[in-house]
Amino acid sequence: MTDTTLSTQESIFTSTARDWSSDMTTFKGVPWGKAMMWIFLLSDTFIFTCFLVGYMVMRMTVTEAWPVASEVFALTVWGVSVPLLLIAIMTFILITSSGTMAMAVNMGYQRRKWAVFWLMLATALLGASFVGMQCYEWSKLIIDEGIRPWGYAENHDLGAPQFGSIFFMVTGFHGLHVSVGVIYLITVAIRVVRGKYDHTNFEIVEITGLYWHFVDLVWVFIFAFFYLW
Amino acid sequence: MATVEVPYQETVPLHHPKTWIGKYIFSQDHKIIAVQYGITAMAVGLVALILSEFMRLQIAFPGWEFMNFFTADHYYQAITMHGMIMVIYLLTAFLLGAFGNFCVPLMCGARDMVFPFVNMLSYWVYLLSVIILMISYFVPGGPTGAGWTLYPPQTITPGTPGVDWGIATMLISLAVFIVAFTMGGLNYITTILQARTRGLTLMRMPLTVWGIFIATFLGLIAFPALFVSAVMMLLDKFLKTSFFMPAIVSLGSKLEYSGGQPLLFQHLFWFFGHPEVYIVALPAFGVISDLISVHARKNIFGYRMMVWAIVAIGALSLIVWAHHMYVAGMHPSFGFFFATTTLIIAVPTALKVYNWILTLWRANIRITVPMLFALAFVLTFIVGGITGLFLGNVIIDIPLSDTYFVVAHFHMVMGVSPILAIFGGIYHWYPKLTGRMLNDTIGRIHFYFTFIGTYAIYFPMHYLGFIGVPRRYYETGISEFYPVAAHNLNKFITIAALIVGVSQILFIFNLVHSYFKGKKAPANPWGANSLEWCTPETPPRHGNWEDRLPTVHRWAYDFGVPGEEKDHIPQTVPRRKAS
Repeated sequence: MTDTTLSTQESIFTSTARDWSSDMTTFKGVPWGKAMMWIFLLSDTFIFTCFLVGYMVMRMTVTEAWPVASEVFALTVWGVSVPLLLIAIMTFILITSSGTMAMAVNMGYQRRKWAVFWLMLATALLGASFVGMQCYEWSKLIIDEGIRPWGYAENHDLGAPQFGSIFFMVTGFHGLHVSVGVIYLITVAIRVVRGKYDHTNFEIVEITGLYWHFVDLVWVFIFAFFYLW
Repeated sequence: MATVEVPYQETVPLHHPKTWIGKYIFSQDHKIIAVQYGITAMAVGLVALILSEFMRLQIAFPGWEFMNFFTADHYYQAITMHGMIMVIYLLTAFLLGAFGNFCVPLMCGARDMVFPFVNMLSYWVYLLSVIILMISYFVPGGPTGAGWTLYPPQTITPGTPGVDWGIATMLISLAVFIVAFTMGGLNYITTILQARTRGLTLMRMPLTVWGIFIATFLGLIAFPALFVSAVMMLLDKFLKTSFFMPAIVSLGSKLEYSGGQPLLFQHLFWFFGHPEVYIVALPAFGVISDLISVHARKNIFGYRMMVWAIVAIGALSLIVWAHHMYVAGMHPSFGFFFATTTLIIAVPTALKVYNWILTLWRANIRITVPMLFALAFVLTFIVGGITGLFLGNVIIDIPLSDTYFVVAHFHMVMGVSPILAIFGGIYHWYPKLTGRMLNDTIGRIHFYFTFIGTYAIYFPMHYLGFIGVPRRYYETGISEFYPVAAHNLNKFITIAALIVGVSQILFIFNLVHSYFKGKKAPANPWGANSLEWCTPETPPRHGNWEDRLPTVHRWAYDFGVPGEEKDHIPQTVPRRKAS
C-alpha cells in the first residue's frame, strides 16, 4: 500500500491527531472569526448552564409549591384556555428563523449577496417578532397574573416567589441575546450588500449563523425546563 | 503530506497607525497593550498592598492612636478590596493580560493577536472595571466589607459595610472585568490555535504559551459562573429577588426575602473560584518552566509530561471546587468526593515540581535575577502546596478552617508564588520589551527583601493557625485562648510586611530608572531559544517580524546539545540532516 491510500482510509482519530499535531493551524481551513465564535459560544454555554443549574437548585430547594406551568402559561382564545399556545408559536418562529439563517449561509457561499440580505433580514424579523411576543408574554404575566420578579402582587400568590425571579432573569437574558442577535444580523446583512466582505468567502454569514443557531438551541433548553417541567 | 501552507498573517497587510495616540494610547499592538495591562495591574496592586499594610498595623497594634481612623468597617472593607484586587485585578490581569499579550504572539511567531481591535477593547474595558472598583471608595458607605468571597446572606444584609452601594460597584466591576477577560481570552486561544507560524506545532510551543493557553481556557468556562452569581446577587440586592437570601431577621426586623439558597452562591462562586487559582497558577508554572530551563542551560525535564500535567491540572481543577465549602453545611458525603479529587490534583502538580528540580539537577545554573525568582517560586510553591494537602482533607480542614493557617496557605501558594513568577518574568522579558537591561544589583536586593520578607510574613502564620487564631478579626484582645506569643508574632509579621511593602519601591524605581538609564540590552541577553528572542529588532517593532514570518525547526529547549558548538540553538535554526 502506498502513502496516499493510507491517508484516504485513515480514521477520524488519526486525522484529528494529525491536525492537532500540525503546525500553523489546528482547525484546517477554519477562519479566525469562526474559531473565535465557537470558543465564545463555549463560554456562553457555561453562562446559560449556570443559570439553568441555578433554576434547578431553586426548584429542588424551595419549600413552597412551584406554580403549574400549563396554567400560568395558558392563553385564552375565544374563551378557551389553551396551555402553552403562545410559547408554541414563539418556539415555532424561532426554529423557523434558524431555517432562514441556514439558507442565508448557503446563499453566502454561492456569493448571492441579495439573497443573503433578504434571508438575513427575514431571520432578523422573525427574531424581532419573537422578542415582541416575549414582551407580550411578560406583560401578561406581570399585569394579569400578578407575577413579579420579587414574588407576587397582592392576592396573586401562586407559591414560591422564586418562580418569577428565575423566569424573568433567564428568559430576559435569553431575550437580550436574541435582541443582540437581531442587531448583529441586520448589521451584517447591510454590510454584505455594501460589499464589505467581497474579498472574503462570506464566512461572516456563517459566523453570524453560528451565534443565531446557538441562541435557538438555548431556547430549546429553556423551553423544556421552564414550560414543560 | 499536506500542501505547503502559508501563514495567513503573511498574506494580509498590517495596518500601521500614523498618530502618536494610535501608537501608544489606543494602540492595537499587543506589546503596548501588554504594557498597559501591566501598569494598570501594578497600580491597582499597589493600592491593595497599602490596604494590607493598614490591616497588618491594626492587627499588630490595636488601639494605637495613629490607627484610630481605621475602624472595624474600614478593616473589613480593606480585607475585601485587598483580596479581590490581588486575585482578579492584579494576578489574573497581569499573568494573562500582560504576559499573555506579550508572550503569545511573539512566542507563536505571529504578527499580533488575531483580532487586535478586540484586544485593545479588552484593555479599555478592563480599565473601566478597575475604575468602577475604585469608585467604591467614593460612594456613600464605601466599598463592600463582606470579604472577597462575598457570601450571602451577610453581603446584602444591613450592618455589613458598603451594603448600599459598595456591593453594587463591586459586582458590576466584576461583570465588566469578565467581559474584558472574555475579549482578551478569545484572542489568546484563537491566536494559539490558528495563528502559529511555520513549523510551530503545539508540542513545540514554549511552556509559557501552554500555561497561558490552558489558563485562558479555564477562565472562559469558569468566569461565567462568577458572572451569573454577580447578576443574581445584584437582582437580590436591587429587585429583592430571593435567589440567595433565605427568610431572615436582621436587626430585629424581618427582611423581605424568603426561601433562597445561600449555598447555591457558594457553589457558583467556587466553581469560578477554584479554577481561578489555576488560572493564576498555570501561566506562572509556564513562565517558571521557561525561566528555569533558560537560566539552568538545560532542556526542561519531561516536556511532554509538563504539557500533559498542565492539561490534567486544568481538567481536574473544574471538579474540586467544594473543598472550599467543607464547613459551609453542604452534605458531608460531598466532602469525600471533593477531598479525593483535590488530592488527585496533587499528582500532576507534584510531577511538575519534580520536573523543575530534575531540570536543575546537574545543570549549568546561572544565578541571574530571574533565576533567583524562579528558584524562590519552586520553594514557595512546595510549601504552599504541602499545606494544601492538609486543607484538602476534610478532617484536618475542619479545625483549621478560618484560621491563619488558611491565610498562610493561600498566600504562599496563590499570593507569593505567582507574584514571584511575575517578578521573574518581568526581569526576564524586560530587556526584550524595552531594549534595556534592569539594574542587576537593585534586582538582587529587591529579590532578597521580597523572598526572605514574605517567608517572615507567612511562615509564622502557620503557627498562628495551629493555635487557632481566627482570620478576619479586627481585634482579638488578651484571653486564655490567645497567648502573648501570638501577639508578639503578629507584631513581628507586621514589621516584616512593612519592610517587604517598602522594598517594592526598589522594584518600581528599577523599572523606571532602567527604562531611561539602563544598559542597552543585546537581542538575546539570556541566550534563550524561544521565538521572542529571534525578532529582527529589539524591542520588536509593530508587526514583530520581517515580511516573512520565522520558521520553527525545533522545540524551545535545545540547551547544551551534545556535539553542538553553541550551548543553545534557537528555534529558528534548521535541524541537521540525520547522518
